[in-house]
Amino acid sequence: MSFLVDSVIMFTSQVLFFGFGWLFFMRQLFKDYEIRQYVVQVVFSITFAFSCTMFELIIFEILGAMSSTSRYFHWKLNLYVILLVLIFVVPFYIGYFVVSNIRLLQRQKLLFACMVWFTFMYFFWKLGDPFPILSPKHGILSIEQLISRVGVIGVTLMALLSGFGAVNCPYTYMSYFLRNVTDSDILALERRLLQTMDMIVSKKKRIAMTRRQMYQRGEDQNKQTGFWGMIKSVTSTPPGSENLSLIQQEVDALEELSRQLFLETVDLQSTKERIEYSKTFKGKYFNFLGYFFSIYCVWKIFMATINIVFDRVGKTDPVTRGIEITVNWLGIQFDFWSQHISFILVGIIIVTSIRGLLITLTKFFYAISSSKSSNVIVLVLAQIMGMYFVSSVLLMRMSMPLEYRSIVTEVLGELQFNFYHRWFDVIFLEPFGVKCLAQGHNDMLTAVGFEPVII
Amino acid sequence: MASLDRVKVLVLGDSGVGKSSLVHLLCQNQVLGNPSWTVGCSVDVRVQDYKEGTPEEKTYYIELWDVGGSVGCASSIKSTRAVFYNSVNGIMLVHDLTNKKSSQNLYRWSLEALNKDSSPTGVIVSNGSDYDREQFAENPVPLLLIGTKFDQIPENKRNDVLTRTAFLSEDFNAEEINLDCTNPRYLAAGTSNAVKLSRFFDKVIEKRYFTRDPSQMTGFTDRKRFNFKSLHYD
Repeated sequence: MSFLVDSVIMFTSQVLFFGFGWLFFMRQLFKDYEIRQYVVQVVFSITFAFSCTMFELIIFEILGAMSSTSRYFHWKLNLYVILLVLIFVVPFYIGYFVVSNIRLLQRQKLLFACMVWFTFMYFFWKLGDPFPILSPKHGILSIEQLISRVGVIGVTLMALLSGFGAVNCPYTYMSYFLRNVTDSDILALERRLLQTMDMIVSKKKRIAMTRRQMYQRGEDQNKQTGFWGMIKSVTSTPPGSENLSLIQQEVDALEELSRQLFLETVDLQSTKERIEYSKTFKGKYFNFLGYFFSIYCVWKIFMATINIVFDRVGKTDPVTRGIEITVNWLGIQFDFWSQHISFILVGIIIVTSIRGLLITLTKFFYAISSSKSSNVIVLVLAQIMGMYFVSSVLLMRMSMPLEYRSIVTEVLGELQFNFYHRWFDVIFLEPFGVKCLAQGHNDMLTAVGFEPVII
Repeated sequence: MASLDRVKVLVLGDSGVGKSSLVHLLCQNQVLGNPSWTVGCSVDVRVQDYKEGTPEEKTYYIELWDVGGSVGCASSIKSTRAVFYNSVNGIMLVHDLTNKKSSQNLYRWSLEALNKDSSPTGVIVSNGSDYDREQFAENPVPLLLIGTKFDQIPENKRNDVLTRTAFLSEDFNAEEINLDCTNPRYLAAGTSNAVKLSRFFDKVIEKRYFTRDPSQMTGFTDRKRFNFKSLHYD
C-alpha cells in the first residue's frame, strides 16, 4: 500500500517538474523564436523532469521519507529512464535535426539520422577505454558501463564550469576590479565611432558613384568570371576598378575599426552600469559576498592543487568539514543535527547548481542560436544538462555524511568514485591555468603596445 | 561625389532575419554570398533617382544603416546602439515571415528607434490598440515593412502569413514588401515591390528636403510633452 502512495507522490512531482521545464523552455529559452517542433520541447522537459527527480530522491533519502524499498525501486527506474533518454533519444533527435538542416540529405532523413547515432555510440564507447572503468564482472550493456561514461563527460563539464566560475567570480563580484569610467570617456568613444561611420559612408558613396558611372558608360567589366576571365584580370585591369579595389580595402579596414570601437563602447557602458549598481545597497551586499566567495574559490583551487600534488582524494567537502568541526566545537549533539544540516546543505547545493546551470544555458543559447539551429542547440543543451545532473549526483556523494551514501553507492554499482573526484580536480584547475596564461599574454601585449584579448 | 544630398534610413529587425542580405541586395544589386553576424552597425549606400522620369529628377544618396542585435539584449548594448539613431529620415522594419516572434518584436524596435530617451526595458506593446495606431498614424518618420524568406513558407500557409502581415502594416501605417533576399527577381524593375520601394524612398526624400516644417523630424520625443497617455514603462 505504501508503495502505491509513494509512486503517486513520485509521479506527481515528476509531472510538476515536467511542467516547470515546459514553462522554462517556452518563456525563457524560446522567447524569441516560434516553436514549431513540439518534440524538442517534450524531450527537453522530460530530461529536466527526470534529472530533478534524482535530486528529489536524494533529499528523500536524507529526510527518510518513503520506505527504503520503494526509494530503491524508484532510483533504479529513474536511472534507467534517464540513461535511455541521454543515450538513445536525445542524440538521435540531434542527428535528425542536424540532417534536416542540410538540404542535400533531405530524402533519407531517418537513415542518415541513424548513421549519425551509430557514430555517436561508437565514440561514446571508445571514451571509456583510457579510464579505469571496465571491470570484468559486468557485461557489455550493463548500467555501470553506461553510467561511468556519462559520468566522465558530466564531471568534465562540471569541473570546467566550476573552474570558469571560480576564476571569474572575483572579477564579477568585487568592485575592486572595476575601472573608473566617466561620461566623457564614453562620449569621446561614441564620437570616434560616429566619425568612423561617416568616413565609411563617404568612401562607400565614392564607390557607388564610380560604379554607377562605369555602368552608364557600359564598362561593366568588374565581374570577370570563368577561367579566361581570371587570366585576363591578372594581366590587365581597367583603371577604374583598380581605384575601386583600393577604396574597398580602406573600407574593410574602417569597418573592422568601427566594430572594435562599438565593442569598446559597449564595454565601457556596461562598466559604467556596474559602477552605478555597486553604489546601491544590493550592489554593496554583493560586493561583500564577493569577498567571501573569492576566498572560497581560492581555497578550492588551493585544495585541488594539493589533492593532485600529494595524490590525495578528499573524503569530504571543505564546507561539510567546516560545519562538522563547528558543530563539534559548539558541543551540540551532532547525530541529531546531522540530518538537518546535511539536508540544508545538499538542498542549497542542488538548488544553486540547477539555477546556475539554467542561467548559463540560457546565456549560451542566446549567444549562439539562430532561427535555423535553435532546435539542435536546445537538444544539445538538454544533453549537457542531463549529463551534468547525473554526475552531480555522483559527486554529491562526497558532501553527504556516511550513512546516506549507501543508497547512492548501492544504486550506482561499483563505480570508482575516487577516480571521479580526482578527474574533477584535474579539470577544475584547467580554466585557472588558462586564465593565468591569458592574463600573462595580455600583460605582455599591453606592454608592447597592442590591444589585449578578452578571454 | 559628396555634392549629392543624403538621406539616412535605418534598417531594423531581429537577429538573423536577413537585414544584411537585404541591404546588400538593395545597394549592390547582387545577392550576398556569405552572410555573417553584424557587429555594431554596417552602412551601405544606394544611389537613388528621385522622381525618375520626370523633369524634376534628381539623384540622392540613400544611406542604409543596418543595426545589428536583438531587442532583448543588455542595456549597455542598447545605449550604445542609440548613437546610430540620430537624425533618422526613414525606417525599414524587417521581419522573418517564418518566425512570428520577429514580427511581434518590430513594435519594440520601432519604439526603441523613435523614443531615444525612453527606458530600454519597455514592455511589449500590445497589437491593435487605439493608442498605437494613433501614435503611428501621426508619425513623421516614414516606415516600410519588409518580410523576408518568402520562399520558405509552404504553399498552404501563405494566406495566413499574408493576412497577418497585412494587419501589421495597418498598425504601422506603412506599406509592406514580401521577398526573398537571395533572389533579385523580387525587386526587378517594374514589379510592384520595386514600385513600393521607390515610392518609399521618394517619400523619405520629400519629407527631408521638401517639407514645410523641418523641425518635425524628431520622432516621438516632442509628443510626450503634449500627450497625456504616459509613455513610461517599468
